[in-house]
Amino acid sequence: MSYISKPIAHHPALPKNALGLTHREYEGSMSTLCAGCGHDSITAAIIEACFEMDLPAHRIAKISGIGCSSKTPTYFLGRSHGFNSVHGRMPSVTTGANMANRDLVYIGISGDGDTASIGLGQFCHAVRRKLNMTYIVMNNGCYGLTKGQFSATNDKSSPSKKGEANPFEAIDLCQMAIQLGAGFVARSFSGDKRQLIPLIKAAISYKGFAFLDVISPCVTFNNHAQATKSFEYVRAHNQAIGRLDYVEPKEEITVDYASGESKAVTMHDGSHLILHKLDKGHDPRDSNAAIQTIRENAAKGEVATGLLYINEAQQDLHDVLATDDRPLNVLPMSELCPGSKALEGINARLR
Amino acid sequence: MSGINDFVIKFATVNGSGSASANTMFAKTLFRMGIPVSAKNIFPSNIQGLPTWYEVRVSEAGYLARRDGIDFMVAMNPQTYQEDLQEVVPGGWLLYDETMPRIWNRSDVTILGLPIAEICASNWKDVRQRQLFKNMVYVGALSALLEMDLKVIEASVLDQLKGKEKLVSANKKAVDLGRQYALANFPCPLPIKVRHAEGAKGKIMVTGNEAAGLAAVYAGATVCAWYPITPSTSVAEGFEKHAKKMRVTKDGRHLYGIVQAEDELAAIGVAIGGAWNGARSFTATSGPGISLMSEFLGLAYFAEIPIVLFNIQRGGPSTGMPTRTGQPDILSCAYASHGDTKHVLLFPSNPTECFSMGTDAFDLAERLQTPVMVMSDLDIGMNDWVTEPFAWDDKKVHDRGKVLSAAELEAFKDVKGEAWGRYKDVDGDAIPYRTLPGTHPTMGAFFTRGTSHDESARYTEDGRIHARVIDRIRRKFDTAATIVPKPEITTRDKAGKVGVIYFGANRPAVLEALDYLERDGLKLNAMRLKAFPFGQEVRDFCAAHDTLFVVEQNRDAQMRQLLVMEAEVPPETLIATLNYDGTPLTADFVRKAVLKKLRPAKAQAAE
Repeated sequence: MSYISKPIAHHPALPKNALGLTHREYEGSMSTLCAGCGHDSITAAIIEACFEMDLPAHRIAKISGIGCSSKTPTYFLGRSHGFNSVHGRMPSVTTGANMANRDLVYIGISGDGDTASIGLGQFCHAVRRKLNMTYIVMNNGCYGLTKGQFSATNDKSSPSKKGEANPFEAIDLCQMAIQLGAGFVARSFSGDKRQLIPLIKAAISYKGFAFLDVISPCVTFNNHAQATKSFEYVRAHNQAIGRLDYVEPKEEITVDYASGESKAVTMHDGSHLILHKLDKGHDPRDSNAAIQTIRENAAKGEVATGLLYINEAQQDLHDVLATDDRPLNVLPMSELCPGSKALEGINARLR
Repeated sequence: MSGINDFVIKFATVNGSGSASANTMFAKTLFRMGIPVSAKNIFPSNIQGLPTWYEVRVSEAGYLARRDGIDFMVAMNPQTYQEDLQEVVPGGWLLYDETMPRIWNRSDVTILGLPIAEICASNWKDVRQRQLFKNMVYVGALSALLEMDLKVIEASVLDQLKGKEKLVSANKKAVDLGRQYALANFPCPLPIKVRHAEGAKGKIMVTGNEAAGLAAVYAGATVCAWYPITPSTSVAEGFEKHAKKMRVTKDGRHLYGIVQAEDELAAIGVAIGGAWNGARSFTATSGPGISLMSEFLGLAYFAEIPIVLFNIQRGGPSTGMPTRTGQPDILSCAYASHGDTKHVLLFPSNPTECFSMGTDAFDLAERLQTPVMVMSDLDIGMNDWVTEPFAWDDKKVHDRGKVLSAAELEAFKDVKGEAWGRYKDVDGDAIPYRTLPGTHPTMGAFFTRGTSHDESARYTEDGRIHARVIDRIRRKFDTAATIVPKPEITTRDKAGKVGVIYFGANRPAVLEALDYLERDGLKLNAMRLKAFPFGQEVRDFCAAHDTLFVVEQNRDAQMRQLLVMEAEVPPETLIATLNYDGTPLTADFVRKAVLKKLRPAKAQAAE
């Protein structure tokens, strides 16, 4: 039950990060999702990523919409403020929160119903706004809480548990994100922790809009043999297009990446991404190639995963708005309120 | 009745013809001569081509409501010649462009033919100039007919053309051409004319929306999100205009952020996100936007997030009359969103109050941790009002409400005697303490949600806890009733049992009507509502009277319903007095409605 907090007491030998914190301090309440749900694996990956990055949890804000996925922020980072908003509207709430305080890390959690249907407009416009956030879609192709209806990301070829055909084309959120100007676009699989954790770290480090579409099977309604978002199907058709190593700002780059098969990308916070090419045709700095890779794999029934696209030189919303370096929510009233003398001047101009 | 400094002049023009700036210049000139004027722009939902009108009431007595009966018509739109002629009172005047002569079938109206197109054609070659200067030619003719101060006109021309100085001499020439023609051909001045006066001295001329935008600057708002919708658009534009001047650092960094959102849902979502994170945040919209924002308003109500919403009301239902005024959102705002919700509303009556109540709204929102809606309307928001100047007390401390710092969080248990919980009523005023994200490494984090929660913000499906929490939020409205602005009560008869209840833009019409009614032998007490929820003063006033006219601009007597439901005023004492044709209320309307009920014979005579 989500209102049951986990005991804080833990084994003294648990590993600690640079802040002297253990994994337990990055956890949240007990999950109320179905046993085996892919979302819980993503939750665990977020906890691991934040722990390894030594992020102070209270400097992270986690914001979600409505649905199974949007419940998960309760299950990680119990020391962070969270906001479970209304259906499909996480992007606007995150926009406002980010405008108010540019210094926090924003992790937005959404689902395929929340993002690709009711919130499609908000998703598109958050991308366009270059909001500095990590936007994670826990994508299972169906509506869980209302018992298994198709969502807009469910592949046309993928039938329901009862065998009904899906008559509609799927929305590919990664392709949309790239077209709309997202600076960081990746796809992963909840069952592939080794790929997912570095991607989450990279997304958090990225300054600008970082989008992560994580296929996360719904064990109750969309995990049957023919379902293209089932564990079995994704395991069999997962085409990792590259491998990503995330190197902390404080670490040295020890990997040899001069071979031409690997490239290093420096992030805004001083960390590095080492991109190891697996698919020779794919250069994640080329948006056309990224879309082509997604489409070509999809045509073969494969799912291209990994870092699909990165634009190292993206601005974020604060650059566009030319806001002060200090967060807007700490500016003193003495700087915000112009006072009576200025008002006299305004009155004079209106006479 | 009409005469010196007391008449109504109406300009009938074509939308997009450039008449708006000439008409504004005309009104501004009279204002600068010290004469109280009110200017009402009656415009279509259109960019170019449809008829538009501009009414200016000149009143040395300071009656600035709209008044029926046009003394002088400037008829510049052949499309509407016939209806414009009918509006002129017997003995009035009509000025038109005689280049294309017309037969006017009223002998009781003096027709003044001014060959405007001809004058412009013989003085300018450029087609666009010929069109634009037409407007200044009629202003010039009016200056002679109404004996306006030429120096003040010239100053107004200079003012209007700031940054376009090249155009000044041509504009002055156009004014002079019209003036000279009028002096030579018309009986100048007319019996209705203007003279310098004192009534408008010291006042300012401004729209309510600009005032509201300025209020947000003075309130310290830093996050603004909006979606374009008439008639609220100029609120966000007003905020930006003033913030650009007063909220930019020396190195060009903005101490504010404005997002033009993709729709009203996103606009209020951004405001909620900003307020949740501790920035003063607001949005502005009109009726259709309120409908779209309703789900989020319920979230902000239940999760107790302080946002400010400026609702610039217009005629409904549905798309309704986007460019006409009204007060039809009282109930939809008071109870916006599903479930048991209730919102704090403020009712400014002019631009000065859009500023003062606009700044108060942010204090109230943060004090009460709930959305506060400022209920302006198109008439206040988009028309130029001659009004008291804006005032600011530099000693004023913005009330940021109960927000805990890291140190206060640590000391909370010692100071308050119990552990902190986001939704605990520790002080007995039903207002809990909030924390902002990022405040403390180990304390004060909580999960904001629209699902039912307990006093520590934890998810609950326990009905008893749910009822306890929503009861506490309802009690918060008892606190609200004690701190929102109190009504303005005017007593003309201490023992009187008859009164008028009004609010918002209806103020000038009601106050004028009360004067006329006193002359009719009826001394009526009056109460202007400034806020919802209703305080004790509202209940007391209602209890002290047995006949109360509730004057409002909607079909369903929404404020009357609210008084019955929320202040438990006996319905039989409240008489609905309703104007909902989209035009600003007149004193005549109010007077007749009262007479009809109280002096039927007199009412018939007044018809």
